[in-house]
Amino acid sequence: MSFINYSSREINCKIVYYGPGLCGKTTNLQYIYSKTNPDVKGKMISLATETERTLFFDFLPLALGQIRGFKTRFHLYTVPGQVFYDASRKLILKGVDGVVFVADSQVERMEANLESMDNLKTNLAEQGYDLTKVPLVIQHNKRDLPNAAPLDEMRRMLNPRANPDFEAAATVGRGVFETLKSVAREVLRDLKQMGR
Amino acid sequence: MHDTQLVMYDEDFRKVRTVIQKLVRDANAKGCFVVDRNGQLIGEAGEMQGIDTTSLASLTAGCIAATCGLAKIVGEEEFPVHFHQGQKDNLHITLVAKRIILVVIFDDRSSLGLVRLRVKKAGGELARVFEEIQKKADQGDAGGSGTPFAEITDEDIDNLFSV
Repeated sequence: MSFINYSSREINCKIVYYGPGLCGKTTNLQYIYSKTNPDVKGKMISLATETERTLFFDFLPLALGQIRGFKTRFHLYTVPGQVFYDASRKLILKGVDGVVFVADSQVERMEANLESMDNLKTNLAEQGYDLTKVPLVIQHNKRDLPNAAPLDEMRRMLNPRANPDFEAAATVGRGVFETLKSVAREVLRDLKQMGR
Repeated sequence: MHDTQLVMYDEDFRKVRTVIQKLVRDANAKGCFVVDRNGQLIGEAGEMQGIDTTSLASLTAGCIAATCGLAKIVGEEEFPVHFHQGQKDNLHITLVAKRIILVVIFDDRSSLGLVRLRVKKAGGELARVFEEIQKKADQGDAGGSGTPFAEITDEDIDNLFSV
């Protein structure tokens, strides 16, 4: 749910990074945080366990620039990927404007990817959203690993509607900003359509 | 999916600010925030220097969401009032009209009783302001061609990333 403030001339949008445990959601945010000019980013918050697994969410506010005199701010969130944190995932999806689904390219994680995509669909539906209508970008992460599944196969299984998708290796930053730009674009286009 | 998009015009914003500025004075509080349930900061008043308001908004919404989840597990609809006591500063958090979160920061210049009393009144006033905002949104005054998005072009969006 975007928030448009005419008084401060700001538009705020919420983007959620979703995906199975250890797929690289937090790594995406950490890379964005490390490579962004201090003027445009706020503090990154990570509510994580002692072993650095996301417990509740990571949060990173980003100011991208102005559109028609309105400051455009994106609030990036990650969900905890581990299966048993489902209640937390539902809470974080509330008011979402766009989703990045981070898939783990490793062959042995394909089932976890599918399960997480299914979980995203269910949890969005519970909030009254339809996965086919929410701005969605898919990131095929960990493409640098030797056991990465063929891209065609990943697309067939995870991206049947041909949403924008990107190959990535988030630890070295490959594909991270491309994904972010794409989802921001999708969100703004969606809001534009809503405004018509 | 954007049925509940929040659009706030100058007039609404001034009303919100008036209520929370009065609350800060009446409750003898350090400061006050109004946060949307989804974590967007709507307004603030009082001594806010040095406080990361964006993070505060996001964490407050997370806190409310988590405790409301807890409430449902034990058979309550929600826990609308939260109080966090610190060594110097305390937080009083109230859910207003099921949508807006009112956060008051106060120290020993005030008391929990006084804050509770003043929050009750201010909460009612805020609820009315947000009801009006919702009414406008339902009537389409705040949506449709009124949003800055209606006019933007693909070029505007691309320009955002070219700098």
